Amino acid sequence: MAQIRLDNLRHSYMRAPKSDADWALKRLDVVWDDGGAYALLGPSGCGKSTLLNIISGLVRPSEGRVLFGDTDVTDLPPDRRNIAQVFQFPVIYDTMTVHDNLAFPLRNRGVEARHVETRVGEIASMLELTDLLDRRAAGLTPDLKQKLSLGRGLVRDDVNVIMFDEPLTVIDPHLKWRLRSKLKELHYNVRVTMIYVTHDQTEALTFADRVVVMEEGEVVQIGTPVELFERPQHTFVGHFIGSPGMNVLPCEVRDGAAFVGGERITTEGPAKAPAGANRLEVGVRPEHVQIANEGVPAEVVNVADAGRYRVVDARIGDIRINALMSENDTIAAGPTRLSIDPAHTRLYADGWLVDTRQGTEP
Amino acid sequence: MSGKTDNQRAWFLVLPVVLLVAFNALVPLMTVVNYSVQETFGNNIFFWHGVGWFQDLLRSERFHAALGRQLLFTFTILLIEVPLGVAIALCMPKKGIWVSVCLVLMALPLLVPWNVVGAMWNIFALPDIGLLGWSLNTLGFEYNMTQQPLSAWITLVVMDVWHWTSLVALLAYAGLIAIPEAYYQAAKIDGAKAWAVFRYIQLPKLGRVLTIALLLRFMDSFMIYTEPFVLTGGGPGNATTLLSIDLVKIALGQFDLGPAAAMSIIYFLITLAICWVFYTLMTRNEAR
Repeated sequence: MAQIRLDNLRHSYMRAPKSDADWALKRLDVVWDDGGAYALLGPSGCGKSTLLNIISGLVRPSEGRVLFGDTDVTDLPPDRRNIAQVFQFPVIYDTMTVHDNLAFPLRNRGVEARHVETRVGEIASMLELTDLLDRRAAGLTPDLKQKLSLGRGLVRDDVNVIMFDEPLTVIDPHLKWRLRSKLKELHYNVRVTMIYVTHDQTEALTFADRVVVMEEGEVVQIGTPVELFERPQHTFVGHFIGSPGMNVLPCEVRDGAAFVGGERITTEGPAKAPAGANRLEVGVRPEHVQIANEGVPAEVVNVADAGRYRVVDARIGDIRINALMSENDTIAAGPTRLSIDPAHTRLYADGWLVDTRQGTEP
Repeated sequence: MSGKTDNQRAWFLVLPVVLLVAFNALVPLMTVVNYSVQETFGNNIFFWHGVGWFQDLLRSERFHAALGRQLLFTFTILLIEVPLGVAIALCMPKKGIWVSVCLVLMALPLLVPWNVVGAMWNIFALPDIGLLGWSLNTLGFEYNMTQQPLSAWITLVVMDVWHWTSLVALLAYAGLIAIPEAYYQAAKIDGAKAWAVFRYIQLPKLGRVLTIALLLRFMDSFMIYTEPFVLTGGGPGNATTLLSIDLVKIALGQFDLGPAAAMSIIYFLITLAICWVFYTLMTRNEAR
């Protein structure tokens, strides 16, 4: 087991990439700590699977190195990297029994039969598959098949990292939750590095200790779920995480404050636009916008009931802003005022967070 | 209950199909059944003969020999074509322009009409002027398919392999490219060698298409007529007289309607029975 480092990584599926868009992965430097539970989160086509396949060795990066501990594994094939991967659709060996499926990776590596039996027994009981060991794998339900393919990863005791490529896609909703908590429990017990690729923020935030958010081949933020929620480094993260996502309002900056549609909005610290910034925005989560007696004048357009809370759709001038209110509040359409919590109001220049906190280093 | 009227008039809607099936299957089949239980001495006068023709046929040495040759031929070509077809499919490229080139090349033999294939191979194999026959003889092999039963058999088998292996290869290829990439990736990660990938991923995933390929090749080869007829005419002697050739000899050569009809029915029942056995054996694993 070891720390995994992606050093100056770039990848393109084309032979001679020219423009920026030709790169599936644009310059990555990421360190995955040994034993961590990571989620790799991003929309479809952002390069998550490419990154995963580079770590597992199924794809060789165009540039840069992959290091497991101090060993450069960039040119090693998957079977010599000691990694395991669980795919989107369960991959099992149909003609084998559950037992033989679990034993397969060990037998291929010439592990002695007695040790194979011990390991298979351990993993089966860990995954609650013991009763099924003699069954043919083809007849299992999708969630059991997915457990079984996870088991083939766990059975080897030399595994550096287990990677999951959207593993719950084909699982029934009520089983998804169970399998997810099982995964969490497994991680706690075996303490092997796990990287979980998904485009579902709930899956990512519940599974991972740290979430890596990707967009268009770039890592936009690495942080704990709380960090991603509280202080998105990029408006994309603000949008992508949270339901509804962060309000991102185009603004001007003068006199140490931001102005949205001509209305003054106080940010976390004195707002100051970085030199040469083209696009300035204020970001605030709907959770921190409230309808109040004083504050920014706005117009309520619509109120949607979302169960425990209500989503208020309002306008400052013609700029749209969402607010979350409790289900008990009565909200009427028409002119109102919004109180926006300065402590949670961030400034973004060209999409990236501007640190306006005083006395702290960015 | 709801206000639906309950009547059986909808059955009239299937009447066209019933008529169609009756005319293209039942009526001709019943004619054969009719002949198989009667005897005639011409003038369109028929006498009841019971199961006599069937008894005669089942005891007939000639029928046994033809059936034996037929089974030998069919199982020989199946043993060659199925593994060879799978092997070819495994070697075919999976992407790039060579895919289309390979597919067209593979499809070509399938587009040649049966009697053309027979004629082609007949000329190709002639010992004095055919390229194959002449070359073999020049190289010192004694090869004459018009006189030696073994030569005739080898030519017949090679011709069928040339004509039909493509079908198995194309079906197997279709099955192979339908296997998701993740299976190969998982196998790589699990450290599986090429043989294990074939044994535990490709072969099981090909199960269904191979069942179809096997059934198609069995039926076609068991009923083969045109190609051997044009190639050898059943000879030398009766060496390559397969069931269908023998049947035509009896029905049209000797004009023995009763025995020919009885043979047709038994021929059909054997085909059906063997198909059933194949199908049951090959789908048994899936049912478990």
